[in-house]
Amino acid sequence: MKNWLILLAGTGVLALLPLLGDNYLMRLATMVAMYVILAQSWNFIGGLAGYPSFATAGFFGLGAYTSAVLQGMGVPLFASWGAGGLAAVIFSALVGGAILHLRGHYFAIASLVTVEVLREIVNTTPDITGGGMGLNLPIMRMTVAEHATFFFYSMLAVAFACMACAIVVHKSKLGFALRCIQQNEDAANILGVNAYLYKTIGFGFSAVFAGIAGAIYASWVHYIEPPDVFDVLISVKPLVMVLLGGLGTIFGPVIGAFILLTFEEFVWRTFLTVHAAALGVIIVALVLFLPNGVLSLTREKLGLRRRAAGEKR
Amino acid sequence: MSGELAFLASDVEAGYGDVQVLWGVSIEVRAGEIVCIVGSNGVGKSTFMRCASGLLPLRAGTIAIDGVDMSTASSADFVRAGVAHVPEGRRLFSAMSVRDNLLMGAYLREDKAEIEADLEKVYASFPILAERRKQDAGTLSGGEQQMCAIGRGMMARPRLLLIDELSLGLAPRIVDLLSDQLRVINEQGVAVLLVEQDVMNALELADRAYVIDRGRVTASGEAAELAADPRIREAYMGLA
Repeated sequence: MKNWLILLAGTGVLALLPLLGDNYLMRLATMVAMYVILAQSWNFIGGLAGYPSFATAGFFGLGAYTSAVLQGMGVPLFASWGAGGLAAVIFSALVGGAILHLRGHYFAIASLVTVEVLREIVNTTPDITGGGMGLNLPIMRMTVAEHATFFFYSMLAVAFACMACAIVVHKSKLGFALRCIQQNEDAANILGVNAYLYKTIGFGFSAVFAGIAGAIYASWVHYIEPPDVFDVLISVKPLVMVLLGGLGTIFGPVIGAFILLTFEEFVWRTFLTVHAAALGVIIVALVLFLPNGVLSLTREKLGLRRRAAGEKR
Repeated sequence: MSGELAFLASDVEAGYGDVQVLWGVSIEVRAGEIVCIVGSNGVGKSTFMRCASGLLPLRAGTIAIDGVDMSTASSADFVRAGVAHVPEGRRLFSAMSVRDNLLMGAYLREDKAEIEADLEKVYASFPILAERRKQDAGTLSGGEQQMCAIGRGMMARPRLLLIDELSLGLAPRIVDLLSDQLRVINEQGVAVLLVEQDVMNALELADRAYVIDRGRVTASGEAAELAADPRIREAYMGLA
């Protein structure tokens, strides 16, 4: 219940943003919403099930290309976005079936390879996807402000759906099972949890919203090319955001998304040439000083308070 | 507990990769029995237990419960058929609370009220778990972890409890306590199939026993008879 209130309040406040009429701020907010989607998506498989997936960029790029190609064939906007999400889910089910029996580093590498495979497929089918030349999307007839508002609300709506889905999953039998798989997959199997099925479902959740986000992104920027939407950073950033915020938590990915975007805007702008290195530094600092994310700080405080109360009793 | 249980494994062969571990093992457990499997390290006791709960596919032979063939059934099917496996090394979810660990044992059950009642039963059998129910399972001592693992198995409402290495690494006092609880569980009508390295304790606890050596059953019979058998006494108890 508390989670729903926080989610509704947060989304409500953000939804008022267009009233300020600042297009730069809107662009940032759209990015935050997109980052929240990607981070929360990764959290389903990486945070809950403990499978370090690097396939996020694959889902994102597949969603982007699916919707872009379909729009080129005259499919309506929203239908093409849905198709982007659907394509990502189907892909995740096929790939998940093949690589989810791998664990740890092996799974990480395998999932990373799926992105490269998709990128190569796009590169080698220029007739459909434009290949390395990239693909232009239909320009929408609206003013700059309308454009910014439309995509902000679209991204926010998907972020809301993704968060709502996370709240439901975390409370559900599925979430319970995924957490058990993360801690001890053998034991989960012994108790009758169909680990393989649940992992694949978790992987599907991590795909669907990332795919839709990719589709919206493609429409938003009008032009996509393989190095842009299959960028490995799209796989790495969600992981960093979740680690920043708190692994396997509901709002950790949101906090991580805000922190990372703030960091990007204010620090990387100044050090454009070394921003990949800056990301590396964050990761190292995280692992060393804050392995459980920002949310763990509040939890530790709460824990202390609870312990103190316990002593009084 | 409902119905007469008959667990029957016939000529089970199984292994990992190129290594075949079990070479035609036949073991039967009848309703209300405590049966134990004894043998040294690496003879295939745990492998058999993995087969008996559907974790490891059989290469040959059959496993049947109540006459229903389970040879190709999944571990979930085994749990539904009333078989709960307490694995070697406990395998708890260490970062989850004791309560959540126990509740996971009832994962396939839908009867919420009954689950709560069973949880209270487990707490009654192992009061220390009630005390520690909010603690992470990883913070428990070895004996408490074993209690938690057995409790988790009981939460599935099994008719047959498979326990792999009850006493491994535990103090004798704890082993006695666990053995007593196992008898209580058994008196409530749950059959027990126990794998044990502590042969003396196992034969004391069990009605019948099987001796496994290098993947084959080399002796079987009443536990008391086997305990008196000079060959067994010499090979497994260090007694002449």
